[in-house]
Amino acid sequence: MPRDTEQTPPAAVLNEQPAAVGDRLLAVANGEDIPSEVHDRVREETPVLEIDRFSLWYGRKQAIHSVSMPIPHNQVTALVGPSGCGKSTLLKSVNRLNDLVQNVRITGDMRLNGDSIYDPRMDVIDLRKRMGMVFQKPNPFPMSIYENVVYALRIDGERNRGVLDEACEVSLRGAALWDEVKDRLRDSALGLSGGQQQRLCIARAIAAEPEVLLLDEPCSALDPIATGKVEDLIQELRGRYSVLMVTHNMQQASRASDYTAFMYLGRLVEYGPTSDIFTKPILRETESYVTGRFG
Amino acid sequence: MSFDHSRRRGARSPFSSLTAHGEPWVWLTAGSLAIAVLMIVGLLGFIAIRGAATFWPQPLVEVTLRDGRQTLGEVTDRERVPQPSGEAGVPLERQLIRTANFELTGQHYEWIAADAIQASRLPEWATAVERLEGGRFHGFPVRLLRDGEPVATGAAAAWREYLQIRPAVRRRFLEACRIDRRDRGNLQQQLREARLDVVAAGLREGPESAAVATAEAAEQALAARVASLSEELDATTERLRAENRAWAFEFTTADGQAVVLPVAQMVQAWQPNRLGFFGKLAVYGARWQEFLTDDPREANSAGGVFPAIWGTVAMTLIMAVLVAPFGVLAALYLREYASGGPLTAAVRIAINNLAGVPSIVYGAFGLGFFCYGVGGRIDELFFQASLVADNQSTFGAGGLLWASLTLALLTLPVVIIATEEALAAVPKSMREGSYACGASKWQTIRRIVLPRALPGIMTGLILAMARGAGEVAPLMLVGVKKVALDLPIDGTFPFVHAERGFMHLAYLIYDMGFQSSNSQAAKPMVFTITFLLVAIIALLNIAAIFIRSRLKRRYVMQQF
Ligand SMILES: Nc1ncnc2c1ncn2[C@@H]1O[C@H](COP(=O)(O)OP(=O)(O)OP(=O)(O)O)[C@@H](O)[C@H]1O
Ligand SMILES: [Mg+2]
Repeated sequence: MPRDTEQTPPAAVLNEQPAAVGDRLLAVANGEDIPSEVHDRVREETPVLEIDRFSLWYGRKQAIHSVSMPIPHNQVTALVGPSGCGKSTLLKSVNRLNDLVQNVRITGDMRLNGDSIYDPRMDVIDLRKRMGMVFQKPNPFPMSIYENVVYALRIDGERNRGVLDEACEVSLRGAALWDEVKDRLRDSALGLSGGQQQRLCIARAIAAEPEVLLLDEPCSALDPIATGKVEDLIQELRGRYSVLMVTHNMQQASRASDYTAFMYLGRLVEYGPTSDIFTKPILRETESYVTGRFG
Repeated sequence: MSFDHSRRRGARSPFSSLTAHGEPWVWLTAGSLAIAVLMIVGLLGFIAIRGAATFWPQPLVEVTLRDGRQTLGEVTDRERVPQPSGEAGVPLERQLIRTANFELTGQHYEWIAADAIQASRLPEWATAVERLEGGRFHGFPVRLLRDGEPVATGAAAAWREYLQIRPAVRRRFLEACRIDRRDRGNLQQQLREARLDVVAAGLREGPESAAVATAEAAEQALAARVASLSEELDATTERLRAENRAWAFEFTTADGQAVVLPVAQMVQAWQPNRLGFFGKLAVYGARWQEFLTDDPREANSAGGVFPAIWGTVAMTLIMAVLVAPFGVLAALYLREYASGGPLTAAVRIAINNLAGVPSIVYGAFGLGFFCYGVGGRIDELFFQASLVADNQSTFGAGGLLWASLTLALLTLPVVIIATEEALAAVPKSMREGSYACGASKWQTIRRIVLPRALPGIMTGLILAMARGAGEVAPLMLVGVKKVALDLPIDGTFPFVHAERGFMHLAYLIYDMGFQSSNSQAAKPMVFTITFLLVAIIALLNIAAIFIRSRLKRRYVMQQF
């Protein structure tokens, strides 16, 4: 792991600069490399996932620039940053969904509980079974609500009705959807409302009890009540699952996450405990972003 | 705000504002659509009206000519022709009258000039009879005869009596036909098989071998049994026919000739001038029923078209069953597995072009490849005896299977193209979601992509069926027959005879329209069969569309 922190100037120096958008973001915008501020508290946690100098190119365009960050075990980590900064790309790289995109090239590696994700010998299907993912836009499958939830179990060959029924109920309860759909489990999932569809996708992601849960703006399609339910759900999952969550909502990040990472144009700018990021960040760039003065 | 608006518009010329709002384009597009709809509705309406009217009982007119001749018939057409001498004046009007009674007058129809007619009236008891042979008969009932003795005399009494006995006569007639067709056919078939067994044994083990002797013995035993069975059948049919022969109906024609018709020969008879609307409706229904359920008679110009309906539906369905899996699998490979290189592009272009190849080319290919190639080979391997003994090919000639395969080939591009489009339209997010759950590519295709693409695939299949069902040219080469009363699926072992030739409505249209000896009578039938063909294709398509809409409701609902 590169120790970027050692090369950065002390926070005090930066704080003296008057510009709202700090030098680092300007430097990034000019295509220069910047060091990432990773708080020491992050490194004290046991990581479930280690992202190690990971870079990614879509064709000739580089979307991720040498990001290194450990994702703590059984904690909620939030990824924030302006639109197009590579949050979804980073998330999709974790379960190697980017393999489906043509002309993608990567360098660096990620490790899930010590197993190299980009090792050529890694079975991608196995890897994905160890993770659950919820996408920015709800993407229910063209089948019944029930079949949607137990999809991951079905493709694993699970046939026992009892097991499936239980997984279905537990996951739907977990996603705060059970009461709304318990009488229509056999109906098509495409008939649900947008918010219900998104919670269905969450239920689907947790049905197979993954090691890591990847949430890409899970609440962008939800109303405040459903959002609250999902945040409650995330609180419940904490301690049992390691969650990596993208969000544009700063309140949500501060409420629901333990750690927060701020990304900008494909680079990790600052990463630390949520309370520190929101109250006493090292960089004033981070401060201006999380307080809404920029971004 | 609105005030501001109108002022700004007023500043421009009216024309520029017109184009800016796009009204001319709306008119243009709406006009094109209206013309297209009008043409389609007009086409279908014309065919429907002409086709549906054929069986409606027309009044029978008794015409007395100035030369004293009398004739009885339906007015089927009227036209105005210029004066024969070429001088100006009122054009002559003439009518085409279906006079029937071909065996007496030598013609089915007659053009009669209006000024040659002295009087015309609608006699109450004028009767039209559809006969088994000889076409239509028009006349007046005189008496009903049994063994030459009058049973009922006078039009009313004879007609009443006829209606009494007709069902029994008809039943006996059909029973005798059934025995001849099915039971006797079975015996003939058994005999032929025994004979072929002898030939096959000879081919297999030499002409002097024991196997031949055994087979010959079996054949002789069978022949004896068949002979005795045939005698029984003969006795039965003879009894039925004799009973029917006893009954005859004596008519008199408009010009006074007496004609005696055996009752068994009268398929339908009606008296249009006596009938009210509902009476006519009953006759109309009965004639439609005969048309839909009976075998054709008299070189297809009369009777029903049941074998052709059967052949059309069977061929279309078999074609759909053959083309669907092939097309879908090919499209799946092309869209999901093939790398997007120049080879794939070339294959795709080739498939697109294949959709534009004239259908007769497929017919020629089917004849050469399926019938002569594959079929010939099958005959050599499995049906050699028939080939040697009767010089008769089994699979080596056109038949239902080859026709269906040829049409499946013809419609394959349509299905591939439609399926590819349907696959491409499956949202990427759905696939991603499936992969993220740890599904393999095949699992994703089977559980997500295919169900979602199914409605689109059905659309391709509907197009394919509509195209295939109306195709005639290739069928003429690979298996359609002018007359084929033995259906490819029937009660005789092995029940499915995919090698048999079959009848087809579209071919029947061609045959009736251009090959019929009685072209005037064939004309309305052409429309009726066309109407029927359109109706059947529409029915098949409606069924498919119904399935598709159900699939759509299940798999392609709006996302929000
Ligand atoms: N399939 C792709 N091909 C090419 N470029 C892509 C592709 N997907 C994303 N990109 C580019 O990569 C960059 C990062 O995209 P990404 O979707 O990760 O952003 P994001 O942080 O998730 O943004 P948002 O908050 O709007 O979802 C963007 O500039 C985007 O244009
Ligand atoms: Mg995104």
